[in-house]
Amino acid sequence: MSFNTKLTALAVGAFALTQAAGAFAAEEVQWWHAMGGRNGELVNQIADGFNKSQSNYKVVPVYKGNYTETMTAAIAAFRAKKQPHIVQVFEVGTATMMAAKGAVYPVHELMVDSGEAFDQSIYLPAVISYYTTPDNKLLSLPFNSSTPVLWYNKDAFKKAGIASAPKTWDEMFSASKKLVASGMKCGFSFGWQSWVMIENFSSWHNLSIGSKENGFTGLDTEFKFNNDKVAGILQRIADSQKDNHFRYGGRRGESLPMYTNGECGMWMNSSAYYGSIKKQAKFDYSQSMLPVDKSAASSAQNSIIGGATLWVLRGKQKSSYKGVAQFFKYMSGSEVQAMWHQETGYVPITMAASDLSRKQGFYNKNPGTDTAIKQLSLNTPTPNSKGLRFGSFVQVRDIINEEMEALWAGKKTAKQALADAAKRGNVLLRKFERANK
Amino acid sequence: MHKKVIFRHRWLPYALLFPQLAITIVFFIWPASQALYQSVLLEDAFGLSSKFVALENFIALFEDPHYLGSFKVTIVFSVAVAFLSMGFSLLLAVMADRVIKGSMAYKTLLIWPYAIAPAVSGVLWFFMFNPTVGINAWLLRQMGYDWNHYLDGGDALLLIIIASAWQQISYNFLFFLAGLQAIPRSLIEAAAIDGASPMKRFWTIIFPLLSPTTFFLLVVNIVYAFFGTFGVVHATTDGGPYGATSILVYKVFNDGFVGLDLGGSAAQSVILMAIVIGLTVVQFRYVERQVEY
Amino acid sequence: MIENRPWLAVLSHLVLLVGVAVIVLPIWITFVASTHPGEVLMQAPIPMWPGDKFLENYALVLGAGVEDAGGVPVGVMLLNSLIMALSITFGKIAISIIAAYAIVYFEFPFRMFCFWIIFITLMLPVEVRILPTFAVVANLEMLNTYAGLSVPLIASATATFLFRQFFLTVPEELCEAARIDGAGPFKFFIDILLPLSRTNMAALFVILFIYGWNQYLWPLLVTTDESYYTIVMGIQRMVNVSEQLPVWNLVMATTILAMLPPVIVVVGMQKLFVKGLVEVEK
Repeated sequence: MSFNTKLTALAVGAFALTQAAGAFAAEEVQWWHAMGGRNGELVNQIADGFNKSQSNYKVVPVYKGNYTETMTAAIAAFRAKKQPHIVQVFEVGTATMMAAKGAVYPVHELMVDSGEAFDQSIYLPAVISYYTTPDNKLLSLPFNSSTPVLWYNKDAFKKAGIASAPKTWDEMFSASKKLVASGMKCGFSFGWQSWVMIENFSSWHNLSIGSKENGFTGLDTEFKFNNDKVAGILQRIADSQKDNHFRYGGRRGESLPMYTNGECGMWMNSSAYYGSIKKQAKFDYSQSMLPVDKSAASSAQNSIIGGATLWVLRGKQKSSYKGVAQFFKYMSGSEVQAMWHQETGYVPITMAASDLSRKQGFYNKNPGTDTAIKQLSLNTPTPNSKGLRFGSFVQVRDIINEEMEALWAGKKTAKQALADAAKRGNVLLRKFERANK
Repeated sequence: MHKKVIFRHRWLPYALLFPQLAITIVFFIWPASQALYQSVLLEDAFGLSSKFVALENFIALFEDPHYLGSFKVTIVFSVAVAFLSMGFSLLLAVMADRVIKGSMAYKTLLIWPYAIAPAVSGVLWFFMFNPTVGINAWLLRQMGYDWNHYLDGGDALLLIIIASAWQQISYNFLFFLAGLQAIPRSLIEAAAIDGASPMKRFWTIIFPLLSPTTFFLLVVNIVYAFFGTFGVVHATTDGGPYGATSILVYKVFNDGFVGLDLGGSAAQSVILMAIVIGLTVVQFRYVERQVEY
Repeated sequence: MIENRPWLAVLSHLVLLVGVAVIVLPIWITFVASTHPGEVLMQAPIPMWPGDKFLENYALVLGAGVEDAGGVPVGVMLLNSLIMALSITFGKIAISIIAAYAIVYFEFPFRMFCFWIIFITLMLPVEVRILPTFAVVANLEMLNTYAGLSVPLIASATATFLFRQFFLTVPEELCEAARIDGAGPFKFFIDILLPLSRTNMAALFVILFIYGWNQYLWPLLVTTDESYYTIVMGIQRMVNVSEQLPVWNLVMATTILAMLPPVIVVVGMQKLFVKGLVEVEK
C-alpha cells in the first residue's frame, strides 16, 4: 500500500510541476493529431518552427492514436471539458464535427475574432471546398490532403508491351490482360475502396453520391451511389477477378506491397503513398490520372480529396485562440507547406506552395508528383465533386467495406451490394439527422 | 458460502471492504449506470442534444441481422478457440508429463505467449499472415492455398482463432500439467500391469480424472474468448471482411468508439453486462456446489 | 517411467518439440525481423535466420528514441509501463485481500449486497465501458497521472474472487484455534492468513502484472502528455502510420523489448504462479 501511495504522491507531484512550469512559460496550445510514423516527426518539426518564430504561444503536439482514436478522444475530452485547442479530424468526420455547432470554432470566425488578416482565396479551391459552408466560409483548416491516383509499374508495362498508362477503364482491363499474360500475378488492385471506387469514381464522372449536394445543404440527405454506373464498373471489376485482372488486398493501404513487390502492375490509391513507394519499389514507377469509364461520362470532372483537417474546439482560454490563429497562419505559409508537400506527398493547401515547389525544381526531379494537384484542379468543382458531407460516415464506410467485400467474394452482385450499402447507410443518416436536430 | 467460525466486529468489515467498494462504485457501477441511461437516449457525439427514445436502441439491435450475426460469430469463435487451445495444450501436457529430461525447458518455452499483450500478438500474427509478405501466407501459397484474410471470411476467422488460441495455450498447458501430476502414479501403474495400452489408459483413467480441470478451463477459455480477445481483433481484422470476425466485444467498441453511435453501443454494453452477470452467477453456482461437496 | 518403451519417450519429445516450435515461431520471427534492415521485410518470403543489424536496430530504439514513434525514448515508455503495471498489481492485491477477508470471515449486515456489488464486475472488460469511465476520471482531475492510469483498472473482482476461493479452502480449525488463543481478527489475518496466502499473492502478481503491462486503449485515452505514454502505445504508434508502411524491423525490436519484462516475470515466477492458481481451483 505504501508503495502505491508513494507512487501517487510522485505522480501528483510531477503533475503539479508540469502545470507550474506551464504557468511561467508561453501560453500553451494543445494540438492532438493522428500522425504516427515519420509524419509525426514532421508534425513536431512544424510545431517547433512555430514556437521558435514567436514567444507568446507554445504549440504542443500530442499523438492520440489513429484517426478514429484521436477524434473520439477529443470528443470524450470535450464532454469532460478537457478538450484540446486543435484536433486533427479525418475528412469523413466532417459532418459530425460540423453538426456540433456549440463545440467547434469555425476557422473563418476564429480568424475574424482574433484580428488576423485572413485571405481565403490563397487556398486551392478543390482542397478547401470539402470543408466550407454552402456560402463558401472555411470551417476547418486542411492539413494533410491527398487524392487517389493511378500508380503503375513502368518496367512491367514495357515487358508486357503497353505503351502508356491507361486513360480509360477499357484500357485498364486490356492492360491488365497483357500484364497477366506477361507473367504478373495480377493486373491491378486498390485500397480505401469506398474512397477510391465509390466517392472518387462518382466525383470523377460527375455523379451524385447523395442528395442535397452530397449532403452539403441538409441533414435530410440520402445516398445515391447505388446507380447503374457505379454498379457497372464494380461488377466488371469483380468479374475480372477470375482472370486475375483485379485482386483485392484489404480495406486501407495493406495492398501496397502487392504493388511494390511487383505482383500487380497497377495500384489505385492515395498520392501520399509516394514516399513509401519511392523507398520500396525496385522498379521504375510512375503515377497518372485515374481512368475514365466512357460509359459513365465522356470526360473526367475532378477528383476529391481525402486526409484530415484541423478543427478548433471552443471552451478554452479566450487569449489562447489568438495563438491558434497565428499558428494557422504560420502553417499556411509557403515554406511550411512546400516542405510538408515535398516530404509527405500530401498536396499543398495553397497555390503559392505549389508554385514554390515548382520553382525549387521538385516536380522536375520527381516527375508525376503534381498529378494529384492537376487532378484536383482539372475543372471547377460541381455540387457532385466538391466533396461529401454525410453523418456517421465512418460507420457508413465500414458498411460499404463490408458490402464490397461481399461483392469481391462473390456473395453478392454489385447491384445488390450497393443497394444494401445504401439502404443500411440511409438508416444511419436518419439516425444522425434525428440526433442532431 | 462462508465460514462457520466467524468474527463479529462493528466497523472492521466495512473498513476492509471500503477501498474495493469505493473503487467499484466510482469506476464501475457509476459508469455502468451511465451506460444504462445512455442506452435509452438518442444523443449526438458531443452531447449537445439528447432525446429519450425508450427501448428504441434495443429494438433496432435485435432487428439488425448484423448484430444477430455477431452473436453467431462470437459463439463459433469462442467454441473454436476453447477446443483448439485446450486440445493442443492437453496433448502437450500429456507428453510433458511423460518426459523426465528437459521438461523444465519445454515448460519455460511454452509459457511465453501468456506474457504477450493481445494488441502485440495481433500485430505478430498480422505480420505472419500478411498475404503479401507474411511467412505463413507464403508457405500456404507454396502448398497451393491462396490465403487472403482480407477477402475470405473463413481465413479471417481462422486468423483470429489461431491468434487467440495461441495466447491461451500457456495457461491451459500449465493447468493440465498440474492436473496430470496430481493423478496418483499407482493408479496408472496398476493399469499398466493389467496390460492397458497408453492410449487406453489415457481415455479410461487419466481423462476422466482430469474432468474438473477440463471443465474449469472450458469456462475460463469461453470467458476469455468472449471478453478478452478485443485486442486481437482490433489489431488484425477490424471485424471484417463482411462482418466475419465481428465478435460482440469488438462490435460494442466499434459502434461506440469508432462510429460514435453512443445509444446503440450503450445498448450493446447493457446486453453484454447481462450476459456477464448471467455467466458469473452460473459460475458461482458451480463453484459453490463443488466447495460444499 | 511406468514402462520402458523407448519409442514412446522419443515420440513424446518429438511432439513436444513440434509443439514448442509452433508456439515459439511467432516470437522467433519477431526476433529475426528485429535484426534485419527494413527493406528485407518487404519481400516474401522473409528470412528465418537473424540478420546483421541487431546492434544497430536496438541501439536506435533504445538510444535516441525512434523518430517514428514520436521520439519518446523507449526507456521512458518502459518505465511508465512498469509503474502502471506495478501500481495495478499492488493496488489490486492489497484491496482484494482485505475485501475477501471481510466477506469470508465476518458476519455483518449487507454482506451479500456488498458481495454482489463486487462480483458483478468480475469479467466485463474496460473497453466496453470505456467512455463513461473516461468521463469519471476526467471529472476527478486524474487525466495525465499514474493514478488515472491505474486506479480505474483496479476495479475488477478477479483478485477478490481468487482470494475468496482460497480462504474458503483454509481449514476451519485454524481460525478456531486462533480464537481459543485469544487472537483477534487483526492478529489472525496478519499472523496466519497472510503467510498462508503467499503463493496466491505470487500467482496474482503474475496475472495482474501482465494485465497491467498489456493495457492499450485505456492509457491512450487518459494521457495527453507524451511523457506518460506506455510501451504498448508506442508500438501501436509505430504500426498505425497513415499512407506509409510500418518500419517493421524497428517495430519488432521495440516489441521484443516490450515483451521482456512480462516474460521475465512469468518465466521467473512460473512455479509460484502455477501453484497459486491450481491450489485455488482444484
